[in-house]
Amino acid sequence: MPRAILHGSLALLWLAVGCAHGIARASEATALPEHLRDTGLYADVSMSQLQPGVLPFSPQYPLWSDGATKRRWIKLPAGTSIDATQPDAWDFPRGTKLWKEFSHAGRVETRFIERVVDGSWRYASYVWSADGHDAVLAPATGIRDLPVPSAPGARYSIPGQDDCRACHEGAPVPVLGFSALQLSPDRDRQAPHADAADSALSRMDLRTLASRGLLVHLPSELLVSPPRIAAANPTERAALGYLHANCGHCHNDEGPLAVLEMSLAQRVGTKESAGSVLRSIASVPGQFRMAGGTARLAPGHPDASVIALRMRSREPLQQMPPLGTSEVDFEAMSLIARWIESLPIHQPK
Amino acid sequence: MYSLKMFVRIALVVAASFARAGEQPAPAAGSEALARGKYLVTVAGCNDCHTPLKMTPEGPRPDMDRMLSGHPESLEMPPAPKMPEGPWQNAFAATNTAWSGPWGVSFTANLTPDRETGLGKWTVRNFTETIRTGRHLGRGREILPPMPIPMYKNFTDEDLAAIFTYLQSIPTVKNRVPDPRPPAALASVTK
Repeated sequence: MPRAILHGSLALLWLAVGCAHGIARASEATALPEHLRDTGLYADVSMSQLQPGVLPFSPQYPLWSDGATKRRWIKLPAGTSIDATQPDAWDFPRGTKLWKEFSHAGRVETRFIERVVDGSWRYASYVWSADGHDAVLAPATGIRDLPVPSAPGARYSIPGQDDCRACHEGAPVPVLGFSALQLSPDRDRQAPHADAADSALSRMDLRTLASRGLLVHLPSELLVSPPRIAAANPTERAALGYLHANCGHCHNDEGPLAVLEMSLAQRVGTKESAGSVLRSIASVPGQFRMAGGTARLAPGHPDASVIALRMRSREPLQQMPPLGTSEVDFEAMSLIARWIESLPIHQPK
Repeated sequence: MYSLKMFVRIALVVAASFARAGEQPAPAAGSEALARGKYLVTVAGCNDCHTPLKMTPEGPRPDMDRMLSGHPESLEMPPAPKMPEGPWQNAFAATNTAWSGPWGVSFTANLTPDRETGLGKWTVRNFTETIRTGRHLGRGREILPPMPIPMYKNFTDEDLAAIFTYLQSIPTVKNRVPDPRPPAALASVTK
């Protein structure tokens, strides 16, 4: 009973605070702004200047998006901060907004996620006009094969809101690229497609966020000794980082796909993370069988490793990831193959 | 101060309503959900494709020893027949558990609670998201025809939970269903 009273009071408190700060209510999820310019990203109608408080950032292990050039921003409500008490599941304040812009020569799409007042998240995608003057809300079901001459195959698909949830809600927190590992100052210089480690974008890291008061309660040891994947060598570190960023949001041991007992997600709160990943895949038979491979990962043999075979496929029934990509990431495939070849045939259990 | 008092008063009223909601009985008792699930599985035709047909003197009948266990692992299907141009596009196995069409070849899934080959490790969330999104486990490959996802995605959460409750109660059958086969024209295309 006391817990019910507490929850009721907190619910009303959030409602009051949310309304006072203009934070969207969950019931407004069907009333997303029709235009990107009304989401709070830009300060001007021509969409050239960012609003004050909008911070650009760059994860050290980017998601592969068929070679699109991407820019990312986050904005917290004034006076709020992210609670990093759980270093692998940050608690973002209600009203947090994030944007990711996708370009192929010109801007094509900007995705938007927002934490609303009841604590849930809502998702939207805005499609840029050919002249770059406007970006309009896409249908909730997305757009398949939008003609974009500069995109691979001259086609580009806008994800539907179910697609957004499929990836973002498979992890403990729906924000995927803004985390302790992704924003570590100890950046991986071998990570495919990453921004330069010494770029201004890369300096928006854990220490910067903590010093500005935007990130609180991060265990102090992670500021002193920034998160780094505990790998056997640099190739393995980059490979595990790539799998974390491109696969770990679904394949982890906390979300709905935990039933598969295959985790590719790294945790900064434990030193055992890399070892756990290897134990869940190396020489472990998977449910999905392909010609030439039955083990999720066959040490020494990339061509017999289902993970590599599925990453190299773009046949819809086989490809991994199953969403958000229609082109193979050859640079990453080379990295993954080198890593698997380097693994000892007999993995320690 | 007056507004603060009002806020506290309203908060207590809201809290009391939350507390009352917490005292209400669970919406569906286990046996009720089980019966509802069995009914839905029966009339929604799940057995039509997920229970293999076998030939009997009275004609093809569902093999209830393999109830809802999907395409039999022991029945390896040869390549699907090439259909002539025209409206005849699809073919299906005599068991009604393997289907060929423009999407490739699909095999009906093992819905029994076997932990290695069926739904034994699944959660109700896995099941609900699969039906709701039409994707395996809610986020993987698309579920293929003839599974009537466009219709079944309209089940209520309560109905899907009841169906899942029933499926978790039926006899376990160990049967590893093959993975779907891509359309022949694409089978060898991997970039």
